[in-house]
Amino acid sequence: MSDRPVMPVQEPAVRAHNFNEVALGLTEEQAVEEATRCLNCRNKPCVQGCPVGINIPEFLQHLKERDFKGAYDVISESSNLPAVCGRVCPQESQCESLCTRRFKQKPIAIGMCERFVADWHNAHDEPAVKPESNGIKVAVIGSGPSGLTAAGDLAKKGYDVTVFEALHEIGGVLVYGIPEFRLPKYIVAKEVAKLEQLGVKIVKDVVIGRSESIDDLFEQGFKAVYVGTGAGLPMFMKIPGENYNGVLSANEFLTRINLMKAYRPNNATPVVHGRKVAVVGGGNVAMDACRSALRLGAEHVYIIYRRSEEELPARREEYEHAVEEGIDFRFLTNPVEIKGDENFNVTGIRCVKMELGEPDASGRRRPIAIEGSEYDIDVDVVIMALGTTPNPLIKNTTPDIEVNRRGGIVVDDGGKTSKDAVYAGGDAVTGAATVIKAMGAGKLAAVSIDEYFQNK
Amino acid sequence: MFEIVKKDSLNPTVSRMVINAPYVAKKGQPGQFIILRVNENGERIPLTIADADPKTGYVTIIYQIVGATTFELDQLKEGDCLQDFVGPLGKPSELEGLKKVAVVGGGVGCAIAYPIAKKLHEMGCEVHSIVGFRNTDLIILEDEFKACSTRYIQMTDDGSNGHKGLVTNALQELLDAGEQYDEVITIGPLIMMKFVVALTKKYNVKTIVSMNPIMIDGTGMCGGCRLTVGGEMKFACIDGPDFDGFEVDFDEAMKRSRIYFTEERKAYDEACNLYKKEVH
Repeated sequence: MSDRPVMPVQEPAVRAHNFNEVALGLTEEQAVEEATRCLNCRNKPCVQGCPVGINIPEFLQHLKERDFKGAYDVISESSNLPAVCGRVCPQESQCESLCTRRFKQKPIAIGMCERFVADWHNAHDEPAVKPESNGIKVAVIGSGPSGLTAAGDLAKKGYDVTVFEALHEIGGVLVYGIPEFRLPKYIVAKEVAKLEQLGVKIVKDVVIGRSESIDDLFEQGFKAVYVGTGAGLPMFMKIPGENYNGVLSANEFLTRINLMKAYRPNNATPVVHGRKVAVVGGGNVAMDACRSALRLGAEHVYIIYRRSEEELPARREEYEHAVEEGIDFRFLTNPVEIKGDENFNVTGIRCVKMELGEPDASGRRRPIAIEGSEYDIDVDVVIMALGTTPNPLIKNTTPDIEVNRRGGIVVDDGGKTSKDAVYAGGDAVTGAATVIKAMGAGKLAAVSIDEYFQNK
Repeated sequence: MFEIVKKDSLNPTVSRMVINAPYVAKKGQPGQFIILRVNENGERIPLTIADADPKTGYVTIIYQIVGATTFELDQLKEGDCLQDFVGPLGKPSELEGLKKVAVVGGGVGCAIAYPIAKKLHEMGCEVHSIVGFRNTDLIILEDEFKACSTRYIQMTDDGSNGHKGLVTNALQELLDAGEQYDEVITIGPLIMMKFVVALTKKYNVKTIVSMNPIMIDGTGMCGGCRLTVGGEMKFACIDGPDFDGFEVDFDEAMKRSRIYFTEERKAYDEACNLYKKEVH
């Protein structure tokens, strides 16, 4: 019996110097063979682990039979962005973590199979068919994973959907945050094109909350609004030296590289090229930032994370890839001060060693500083990847939408806000989370919005 | 795409453009800004709204050629289009209830100060405008300022027009002469605003400054525009761009504004060379 395939990848020594995609995708033979390992369990535990509820065993059965179109159709019943999810979902803590195979072997490589099916479909593209319109106008604010999911699901149900995006490109975090080497931008563009085929209208360069208010949208004939405005202000540590010129948020660093294409030579947007770079944080954004810094030519890149390897929130594959590429992980380490010179440039970062105490509210063991363990690391750039607070623009300009203490929009189980006919989901509600959770929220809201009109 | 409806030159390095941008025109207020991209490979740059007319859908911007992007912007003519033009961003200036204000502008900062002076005048506020330029060739918006100001004081560094000296000299004279202002609103180079604030602090006159730091998205996402205001981290794009001048750490803002100086200089030189080649 075969076991879980190994994803073909670019060699670490090569990929550490380019922005091309790292994981190259399973071959057809690998994908089909892997699908044959599915036990087709009656209770489908894997589906419970999928935030958008893809019927995983069913798509694997089609894949096994080399019915790739059939496999794609099953996935697309539940997911509007399969080529994205196959690349960026943390499958090891979702669907694959519940796979029955895991007891005796490794779990089925569901994510790799999903990616294969989606890529096959992209290569054998047929335009999506625009459903008959029901004439009801719905506005979606933000074109990230949650907005695109809500837009796609609503369009499939016949709603007349318009997506408003503040930036000049569609995709939200998929285009400004996640780097090319992990999610090539042509894939996002393909998924967006599919939505347009479904009849979704897309308006760029409009900031809802400033250019238009939510009430303006209702006046213009929109009957419901979905707020998927995503991540907002980057968090900093409130330690001395954080405003030195070599200190930047991962959002800024990655936006310059991804959205503004600063990784391309002779691009108009500048980006700092560190020689020795410290990235503070342990999530996917931290992994993206450290590996981007390496690809921009840094000699040495550190990850500084206050808990241990075990608690690292990043997707396992990204962590492993980062290790292979030579990222220097300093676990149980926390910055206390950033050092700079008279020209306001960073010269180093002072860290303290940590140990893990009792579990905290998040269920993870709380890191505690070890007194007297401070030491300095010589760096010229520090990137803060500590998460973000929800974008405050809607909150500040729509007083009748209730928000919680952290600025997240308050919603009920169906994604409805305190304002009539306004729904919300994704990072704007939860604070920094994952692409797939945002998609799940978009999906849920689309169902609720549809029910709202059905019951009217 | 956003069409350039009108373009004229205010001085050798400062130009004015009227852009067809209905979304911005509808809500744009004095103090707010836009972000534009000249072409699809361009960088995003913030510029203050000089005027916004909801009836026509037109927005006026005034820019100085300081780098590669403003240089490229200036190559465009009436009828050409900008790739992106998004806004209004930032909080509008809070002008409600002001009865007497000194508006202190420096250089191209006068382009930002003017719509504020105009709005104040329309609201019935007494406006004293003090504007400063390096020399007579660089003066902009003189007639516009005069039209909305009870007093208009023109300063030049070299005395080639109006009074010789700095805007702070003129402001101090007015304050010493007993002028009482509800507020001083000052917009210009960081170093000028720093010295205006140093002066008004002595006289304890509330002073609002308009900050224009480096930013990318302008919607509170990148954190590049962060400033220290009253000892706290603030983001110019969503907390500002107007701040209480007494609280702003200008020295830090000045150092932060130079982070990409080398890259910007290089890009500017390259842009100049490129266009010279194409033009001639």
